Amino acid sequence: MGNRCAVVGVGQTRYQTRRQDVSLAGLVREAALRALEDAGLTFADIDAVVIGKAPDLFEGVMMPEAYLADALGGAGKPVMRVHTAGSVGGSTALVGASLVQGGVHGRVLVVAFEKQSESNATWALSTHLPFNASLVVGAGGYFAPHIREYMRRSGAPDHIGTLVAVKDRLNALKNPYAHLRIPGISREMVESTPMLWEPIRYLETCPSSDGACAIVLAAEDKVTGTPAWIHGTAMRSEPIMLAGRDVVSPRAGRDCAADVYRQAGVTDPRREIDVAEVYVPFSWYEPMWLENLGFAAEGEGWKLTEAGCTALDGDTPWNASGGVLSSNPIGASGLIRFAEAALQVRGTAGEHQVEGVRLALGHAYGGGAQFFAMWIVGSSKP
Amino acid sequence: MRDVAVVAFAQTVHTGHDTGLAEPELLLPVIDEVKRATGLKRFGFTCSGSCDYLAGAPFSFVSALDAVGAWPPISESHVEMDGAFALYEAWVRLQHGDIDTALVYGFGKSSMSDIREIMTLQLDPYYLAPLGLDQVSYAALQACAVNADRAALDEIVRRSRADGRANPYALDLPDPSGEEFEVEPLRPYDVAPVTDGAAAVVLAAGDRARELAGRPAWITGIAHRAEPHYLGMRDLSRSVSTAEAGRAAGVGKGPVDVAELHTQFSHEEPILRAALGLSGDVTVNPSGGPLAANPVMATGLIRLGEAALRILDGSAARAVAHATSGPCLQQNLVAVLEGAVLDQSL
Repeated sequence: MGNRCAVVGVGQTRYQTRRQDVSLAGLVREAALRALEDAGLTFADIDAVVIGKAPDLFEGVMMPEAYLADALGGAGKPVMRVHTAGSVGGSTALVGASLVQGGVHGRVLVVAFEKQSESNATWALSTHLPFNASLVVGAGGYFAPHIREYMRRSGAPDHIGTLVAVKDRLNALKNPYAHLRIPGISREMVESTPMLWEPIRYLETCPSSDGACAIVLAAEDKVTGTPAWIHGTAMRSEPIMLAGRDVVSPRAGRDCAADVYRQAGVTDPRREIDVAEVYVPFSWYEPMWLENLGFAAEGEGWKLTEAGCTALDGDTPWNASGGVLSSNPIGASGLIRFAEAALQVRGTAGEHQVEGVRLALGHAYGGGAQFFAMWIVGSSKP
Repeated sequence: MRDVAVVAFAQTVHTGHDTGLAEPELLLPVIDEVKRATGLKRFGFTCSGSCDYLAGAPFSFVSALDAVGAWPPISESHVEMDGAFALYEAWVRLQHGDIDTALVYGFGKSSMSDIREIMTLQLDPYYLAPLGLDQVSYAALQACAVNADRAALDEIVRRSRADGRANPYALDLPDPSGEEFEVEPLRPYDVAPVTDGAAAVVLAAGDRARELAGRPAWITGIAHRAEPHYLGMRDLSRSVSTAEAGRAAGVGKGPVDVAELHTQFSHEEPILRAALGLSGDVTVNPSGGPLAANPVMATGLIRLGEAALRILDGSAARAVAHATSGPCLQQNLVAVLEGAVLDQSL
């Protein structure tokens, strides 16, 4: 894992449908300045900048890190650009951490963003010929069959997805940065919304958001403010087209979790991880990832959700921030998970803070549930 | 830092036209080749570089994993940059000390699109892209700024194309001729050709590198730097970021036998030579360089691979490789590769 590395600053923009008051550069700079302020630093203290976002076609700017270098204080420094599909926010944090863990830099600024209002993500995500026969519309069209297969295998009752949709939006009401803050959110409200991709209803999907998230990473001798120490980092990828690949509980996800748990010394994630920020863009992915990440045995994940274990006051809170279901600037969504995990172990999450967090998991996935990035952060040094 | 070397390199026989192969089909043979050369089937880390805009579709890198054989799942990442920057990420990852090998690849098919116009979309979308300044036009601004001698540029292209004809992987392009301008002062032959291709590199650390190659090409220095995006904020006649990256990589710490430079236009060679302090007797781009084969997103990685080959085959003791990104050499990576690694008991 290399040298010790800590998150010393976190900055987020308010996530919303449209940020027409700022340019792309203004958006990322807003998050970066907040992260630097949180760390008590300025751009001059930063050695390198790592930028992440999902496909460039979302905003119509090819390789925008070239244009964004100035707004992020990148001139005269190394600037990297990461793209690993939906997991990119998480991967970007890991690439930034790697620069510190490898002993190359002392302080790294990591920024991820998406300005979804610049385009229509559903169509941008509907891969067309000659790459694939166009069988689905949007990410929901791709993942809905995986969810139906999960329901068939596990025998989960139909209302589990609704419970997640309500729980995450209740948490979002406590997060001032969250996009979807729906007063009076209830099962009835979720169940009254249109069915988009059976079994996913409108309120069981993530929103399209504009927003950016930034973190400052520091080596042990460069720590300022309150550190969230990195205890483990892992990435795993598997091919999208592989006969026999289990798309419901992908092996890459299981292997990635096993790797990051080994590094952090975690043997029983449900007991030892105090809070988890997990990439759940469609409600049913909570019970599916509960199993994939080893928080529940196969076929048992939905029971934890149903029993309220993953609620803010449950024994294993998931997505205390409201998660991807409440805010989804795609390229940033993974980094938000990683950053929220850091906020929790620093005790600075505000109203959605979980009491006494020592260890937290940040998780992101992307592509056809084939790219995974995870980290575990802790309040004490590894 | 931990000693890391290039131990294998492979590239496609690049073409100036679409041969009907999809990106994973271009990649599979070169990845197989470096696997055969090293005997490795699995790598501690894998990193790639490509650009969605070349394919005109999001996630064009996803299907490339099919060529890697990512099963069981692998530890893998991707940069939306030239493969040279993927190599940098892999080099950093090897510094952690827990893994010993990495696979790096880059690929691109510029035959599928109009690269000149696509590059316009890389500019600031509010103030620059609407001007419609295309890649050759802004390169021409830089060529004006450097006030390059026409005869010198012609000689760079003549030499590059001749070297390219001798390189079985590069395009067969005739000696430059013609008086017309593409965008004054650049002639059509000053512009790197449209090319489809892919390349792969294997990195290994310490003793693992010595096991995998008779004479590993040790990366004794590697660094990259960005400059302001706005052309008006830079002195286009110089490449400050190349100079800084070169200093950080230690280019000037010893004699340079050969340099592979990511020159997408002929006038970039004198700019880069000056920035790196390369004297006239340093052989530049013996492979023919990008002016003889420019598979975008692999071109920079190929510079590292070609420089490493000169070390691996013993024909050079110390080589420099350069890769670039962004308009008018905005961002530059420089690496020094050597046959002998000094004891760095740091």
